[in-house]
Amino acid sequence: MDQAAQPIAPSRAAQAVAATRAARRSRHRLIKNIVAHAVLITFSIAFMVPFYWMIVSSLKTNQQIFTNPIQWLPDPPRWENYPNALTYPNFPFLRFLANSVFYSVSVTIGTVISCAAVGYGFARLRFPFRDVLFYITVATLMIPFIVTFIPTYILFKNFGLIGNYTPLILPAFLGNAFFIFMMRQFFLGLPNELADAARVDGAGHFRTFWQVMLPLVKPALMVVAVFTFLGTWNDFLGPLIYLSDSALYPLSLGLYAFRAQRTTEWALMMAASTITTLPLIVIFFFTQRYFLEGIKLTGLKG
Amino acid sequence: MAKIALPRPKGSGSSKLRRHEAIAGFAFVLPWVISLLVFTAYPVLASFYYSFTQYSIVQAPKWIGLDNYVTMFTADPAFKVSVYNSAYYAFLSVPLGLLSSLGLALLLNMRVRFIGGYRTLFYLASLTPPVAGTIIFIIMFQPRGGLINGILALFGIQGPAWFTDPNWSKPGLILLSLWGVGAGSLIFLAGLKDIPAELLEAASIDGANAWQRFWRVTIPLLSPVILYNLVTGVIASFQVFTSAMVIGGTTGRPQESLLMYFIHLYRNAFRYFNMGYASALAVVLFIAVLLITLLIFRSATRWVFYEGELKS
Repeated sequence: MDQAAQPIAPSRAAQAVAATRAARRSRHRLIKNIVAHAVLITFSIAFMVPFYWMIVSSLKTNQQIFTNPIQWLPDPPRWENYPNALTYPNFPFLRFLANSVFYSVSVTIGTVISCAAVGYGFARLRFPFRDVLFYITVATLMIPFIVTFIPTYILFKNFGLIGNYTPLILPAFLGNAFFIFMMRQFFLGLPNELADAARVDGAGHFRTFWQVMLPLVKPALMVVAVFTFLGTWNDFLGPLIYLSDSALYPLSLGLYAFRAQRTTEWALMMAASTITTLPLIVIFFFTQRYFLEGIKLTGLKG
Repeated sequence: MAKIALPRPKGSGSSKLRRHEAIAGFAFVLPWVISLLVFTAYPVLASFYYSFTQYSIVQAPKWIGLDNYVTMFTADPAFKVSVYNSAYYAFLSVPLGLLSSLGLALLLNMRVRFIGGYRTLFYLASLTPPVAGTIIFIIMFQPRGGLINGILALFGIQGPAWFTDPNWSKPGLILLSLWGVGAGSLIFLAGLKDIPAELLEAASIDGANAWQRFWRVTIPLLSPVILYNLVTGVIASFQVFTSAMVIGGTTGRPQESLLMYFIHLYRNAFRYFNMGYASALAVVLFIAVLLITLLIFRSATRWVFYEGELKS
């Protein structure tokens, strides 16, 4: 396409030819752009329809959701669906929301602290068996969750720790293989001089880590934080196994129980779904660049 | 590891310093070592052990040798159903997911305006909490009055009964999984951005057309990312749980058509409290996934191209 390097003869005829060619090229580009946008817009609409339908349905009556022909807009919008969902008897979604925030924030704090510390240890301190331990860590990434969750459950049950958030939050404070791997790579990328200077100034290993190195990897900590928060917010199986008291349910499990027991409350289900989804979208818009950064890092593993 | 070696401390205090460093190092990784032992090593070993026992949690595990495995292959029809359902799901959702995320990545790699906005839109869908996303799909795919069949009717097509028809429930579930391809496509996109422009230009100068450039340059250079997405996709698809559970519950409605392997395992463990049998199911899946992953990695030597020499 870019074969513009034609020898240009100074004749008028040649100039005219060049001009038509340029015009044709820009028309070609225009068409290409239009086609590109048309394709992108079509796909965008297809991907956004479920969101749109969730929000629209959350503002309808149960009957208005299933109509023939399709009712594209709620008429009139029933805003009261939201307060109704938030205070629904036996399914207090406001409470579930608070539980989800508690669960996700706790796991995120635990994961960020533990993975930063462990990643730092693997990257910048020398001790016996370090490399073997690190290889084992990477190898555990290949172990599917399905093989470990039953004995883990039995373990917590034997210690009388089920029925609350302990088994869901405690492991996060001990680290996560993937994010340890990631933090290690980040710490490896830092120059030695800073840590050395801190050591010469008499800072211990812990202070060097906390005051000198940690501030330098803030973007990485944010990547760990956003992905952990997202994963925990969306976690369904963990709460399903460990929690029995519905007052403790996070949104994912509350929504599941609501769907299983109030099978025809479609509009409220959609209002609750919107309440579940919205916080993630808000967080995404404020932390977009960390999401994109994290995805790039995932690709690097390949 | 060589690149992280700190300058060696010299002099008499060096061994003391090194000991200090080793102690600090152990202290830093200690939480993770505990986690490895308690939440990885022990559970994996215990899974194997429990798989040879009859264990209802209330009573101590009783050794029964290979009985669980024998039961699985001879006396549990639901096992076969769940294997079939999961294999069906994996064999369609993984290749379709790979193709669509790659296609989407190529679209998102075009140099047009607002491309950042498009990327955000596609990615947003993959952020939806699985339970919420599944309920949205249940509503959209209602046979009567649902949005999808309503749109199909506009074109004179009578839509199927989707999640209420055992023949259409799995295709519906696969469509749901495809809604989340935005995340995978951004991984591909990062890979596409890594392809040196000079290579594509060089191919272009050598007379390669767009089609040839795609197959001879883009695909080989992207193959490590394809491998990564393939392996993670296979592992995830055999563990599909949430979406099938929200639609079909532990019985895999309609008519066990959504009884996925993980759901069968879950109900054995937490509904029937048959921990021994559930552990045997976990071990079988573990071995199957391991074999499939190994097979993919073996084949990868033939089709995955590492550009190590180009980057160094």
